[in-house]
Amino acid sequence: MIEFHLDPTSGVATYLQLVQQVHQALRLGLLEPGDRLPTAQQVVAALAINPNTVLKAYRDLEREGLVRARPGLGTFVIGTLPRTDPTAQARYRRSLATWLRSARSAGLDADEIEAIYRSAVRDCFSEGVA
Amino acid sequence: MTAVQATGLGKRYGRRWALSDCTLSIPSGRVVGLVGPNGAGKTTLLHLASGLIEPTSGQIDVLGDQPGSAPDALARVGFLAQESPVYARLTVAQHLQMGRWLNPAWDDGFAARRLDELDLDPRRRAGTLSGGQRAQLALTLAVAKRPELLLLDEPVASLDPLARRDFLSTLMEVVATREVSIVLSSHLIADLERVCDYLVVLVAGRVALVGDVEELLAAHCRLSGPRRDAADLPAGQIVIEASHVDRQSTLIVRTDGPVLDPAWSVTPLTLEDLVLAYLRRARDDGAERSSDALAVSR
Repeated sequence: MIEFHLDPTSGVATYLQLVQQVHQALRLGLLEPGDRLPTAQQVVAALAINPNTVLKAYRDLEREGLVRARPGLGTFVIGTLPRTDPTAQARYRRSLATWLRSARSAGLDADEIEAIYRSAVRDCFSEGVA
Repeated sequence: MTAVQATGLGKRYGRRWALSDCTLSIPSGRVVGLVGPNGAGKTTLLHLASGLIEPTSGQIDVLGDQPGSAPDALARVGFLAQESPVYARLTVAQHLQMGRWLNPAWDDGFAARRLDELDLDPRRRAGTLSGGQRAQLALTLAVAKRPELLLLDEPVASLDPLARRDFLSTLMEVVATREVSIVLSSHLIADLERVCDYLVVLVAGRVALVGDVEELLAAHCRLSGPRRDAADLPAGQIVIEASHVDRQSTLIVRTDGPVLDPAWSVTPLTLEDLVLAYLRRARDDGAERSSDALAVSR
């Protein structure tokens, strides 16, 4: 079982935060097939959010094939996501560090670099969505 | 079915209209946030919906009935007034006893379980409870009556942050386990953002904005870019608020489709941004109307 939490300052819609936390837990191996997600009532009691928000998140996860609702029993994990590969992570971190140093020596400050990063992430992940 | 349907609804106190020409339709099964400045007519609307007062003009239907028209209509609506009033000299147990006597559909099991979870001693007099406990007691009574529509007038305004969170958790658990429509008024938009899926903004006795929260957020955005006149936006984009500095314009717009103009950087709004934009617009419109009236009277 996992526990959800909310970051009200993130600007990410509440249901999406729940979806992302399940993704994260699957990647980290905190959730495995057969595990039960907290019931809507449990999530609602813990976070004081609208139950429909929880149901919407669970429906999204169901559409992705990651969970299945079994009436009267709860919502269970049925899918997996590839575990994050630590060596790949380290490799990309190193190449990002190289890029950051070169941007900095070109005179960009931290704010500018973050703005570039954010807009690049947005562009990259919205490809094929619109 | 609609939970609340108002058509041209108005209520006048002496010469002042507390609510005027209010037309709105609230679907059932929703958690509705009722927002607006003090004196906007929120309490008046809730009192009209609960049948405590009668309209001066127009019509209101609640769950398909005229509010307070029959014992049956009264039993289907729960109302929690501001400051969660309880009888100070009665004990917690006596409040429950009264609920049992007065309400045909009273759910004793729920009330007892709830008080147990809250750790409320049934022998305590309600006057000795903390604000948070009093609010929880009042909510327990209102829910145990098994209403189909629960109206709450600023239920958390006087509570500390922890009591507020507990109260809203209880309320959301009720929504998760029963079929009930909820209308609650509040100034705390961050709270409403968590719990509400429908929004009504009232300003100066009129409806300034109403709709499904998600749809409203999806239909609005903030545009910022090089300075330009708000008038040359495409037809589907309506400016709600505009501010300009030397070289930059920032607009909050309602749009019926994606914003394609690459000159704008487009950011989504929070519920608070959205509500504030409409409150300011209504205030500025009101100021204009009264200065127009002044010009005419001169």
